[in-house]
Amino acid sequence: MSTTVTTHRPRPTAQPTTLRARRLPRYAAPLIALAALLVAAGIVYGTGIGGPVLVVVVAALLYLAGLFAAANAVEGRRAARNRTWSALIHSAFVLAVLPLASVVWTLVSKGVERLDGNFFGTSMNNIGARDPNGGAYHAIVGTLEQVGIATLITVPLGILCAIYVVEYGRGRFSFAIRFFVDVMTGIPSIVSGLFVLAFWVLIVSPMVNDGRPGFSGFAAALALSVLMLPTVVRSTEEMLRLVPAPLREGAYALGVPKWKTILRVVLPTALPGIVTGVMLAIARAAGETAPVLLVAGGGAAINVNPFENNQSSLALFVYQQAGDASKYSPARAWTAALTLVALVLVLTIAAKLLARRNRLGR
Amino acid sequence: MAKRIEATNVSAYYGGFKAIENITLTVEPKTVTALIGPSGCGKSTFLRSINRMHEVLPGARVEGNLTIDNQDIYDRDVDVTAVRRMIGMVFQRPNPFPTMSIFENVVAGLRLNGVKKKSILEEAAERALRSANLWDEVKDRLGKPGAGLSGGQQQRLCIARTIAVEPQVVLMDEPCSALDPISTLAIEDLMFQLKDQFTIVIVTHNMQQAARVSDRTAFFSIEKTGDPGRLIEYDNTQKIFSNPSVKKTEDYITGRFG
Ligand SMILES: Nc1ncnc2c1ncn2[C@@H]1O[C@H](COP(=O)(O)OP(=O)(O)OP(=O)(O)O)[C@@H](O)[C@H]1O
Ligand SMILES: [Mg+2]
Repeated sequence: MSTTVTTHRPRPTAQPTTLRARRLPRYAAPLIALAALLVAAGIVYGTGIGGPVLVVVVAALLYLAGLFAAANAVEGRRAARNRTWSALIHSAFVLAVLPLASVVWTLVSKGVERLDGNFFGTSMNNIGARDPNGGAYHAIVGTLEQVGIATLITVPLGILCAIYVVEYGRGRFSFAIRFFVDVMTGIPSIVSGLFVLAFWVLIVSPMVNDGRPGFSGFAAALALSVLMLPTVVRSTEEMLRLVPAPLREGAYALGVPKWKTILRVVLPTALPGIVTGVMLAIARAAGETAPVLLVAGGGAAINVNPFENNQSSLALFVYQQAGDASKYSPARAWTAALTLVALVLVLTIAAKLLARRNRLGR
Repeated sequence: MAKRIEATNVSAYYGGFKAIENITLTVEPKTVTALIGPSGCGKSTFLRSINRMHEVLPGARVEGNLTIDNQDIYDRDVDVTAVRRMIGMVFQRPNPFPTMSIFENVVAGLRLNGVKKKSILEEAAERALRSANLWDEVKDRLGKPGAGLSGGQQQRLCIARTIAVEPQVVLMDEPCSALDPISTLAIEDLMFQLKDQFTIVIVTHNMQQAARVSDRTAFFSIEKTGDPGRLIEYDNTQKIFSNPSVKKTEDYITGRFG
């Protein structure tokens, strides 16, 4: 403003005299990495203290140190810190992806052996220890039905519950709901299986079943619902809270009733996040073994009726085949595991695409 | 058609904080009434009390008496959605619905209230967009998302959305604060048109605009921060801007405020 007040008050930060700064050449980072790798290999193999894994670890540390030193010398301290931190963050990313890549690689390489029509077309009925074929058709049917029914139960219930808590709930009742949902999140799957076993299989279904306990896929679906519900409620709740209040007000100001505002404005805005939460719940449920074993009992034959008799599931199939003495069963277990992962992946991608189609392209 | 709004001793609270106190004024039908005053003096709060948007915030409440054509707006038996359908509102910050296209945004009020017929919706959308001076800019991309527009375009979209439902009273909270002079003129033109049939209340920080568009002007002010806002003077715009009866009003209008 006024030039007369150019007193000698020191500026809060030193002003740079030029905008250009010295930079490390582009080839510096790869060069340091290569040098670090060579030095690390020299140290590790020279002293004979370890193998390739140690080489990589030592090389990573050397690379960080070398990068910091080089950048510090050429670019200054701030730039050196920046470079080191971004290198650290990238290493963290690699560390996080490594196990995932390893799991996928193991699954694919071991699962491909039994990836044939027979595996997807037959069950384990009448398959003895010496039979090389046999498949997971019954388990796939079981997983799809159990998880499908559990999803049909939990998604409407969970979303309505979250809507109540976020949009209507005031006071003690909604607090109680949130508290119990939090408690439910911590329930171990075996406990939910036991709960359904005690409550549904041994008490409720015998009443309509001439006193026989009602092991069934539906019972498994109930147990899975207990596990899925808190995930769906909590993630939907978070997503609904993220919808900005001015959006709701915009709809109210047009004379749109509250329920319609929630249905047509709030839910569509939160949809992608809700879908992610539901998919997380489904993925968790599809991988559960214990409750299915407890209340659906497993079984080798195809049973497409979820309301009667034993059913298996992919996770249970993996568990049983992995523990089986037959030399053909490990291959079946691997292929079933691969199938399970692929199933969840396909479902997730499909759901995301659907949710995105609802949003408008930018 | 046009409605008279009467406020008697209206006070509004945010939880324990009293934002406005004892506001009493009458908004005549078929006029433009401007609310002016320093920032934080409760203009938005008063505006939002008129169509019962204030109570949407948790802990917020309104005391006193507000009527529209002698019907109590805050009566226990009143349907809030009916009030808001009758009294439309443009917010201080544009808030288009992010999942809806431009077209869907404009007709949202009609559609969500049950109008289905495509021809009616299309006609209403074009009329509203033309009035808000947005039609030429968006007519080729009505299917694109409303959130993809510029800030000023979004504001005009929200104005179009509000007038598409043809409310009897239109409340506008600084509708032109993000607009260029041309769009501002268009919105002011729109107010002149709307005034033939409807009642308009507008909040503005632009003195020239208040003087240009409004028939009556209300000046709000606060003593000091933390005090509730009060109505200092309410009179014909001409009078307020040429010969205000309160010293404070004159100071504010001539820029000698605070
Ligand atoms: N959501 C809220 N919660 C609590 N206090 C609020 C809230 N909104 C506004 N207030 C307070 O109420 C008073 C009046 O606010 P209001 O928004 O009505 O002012 P305004 O006159 O519209 O100001 P501006 O010209 O800046 O828009 C202010 O003191 C403000 O801090
Ligand atoms: Mg305001």
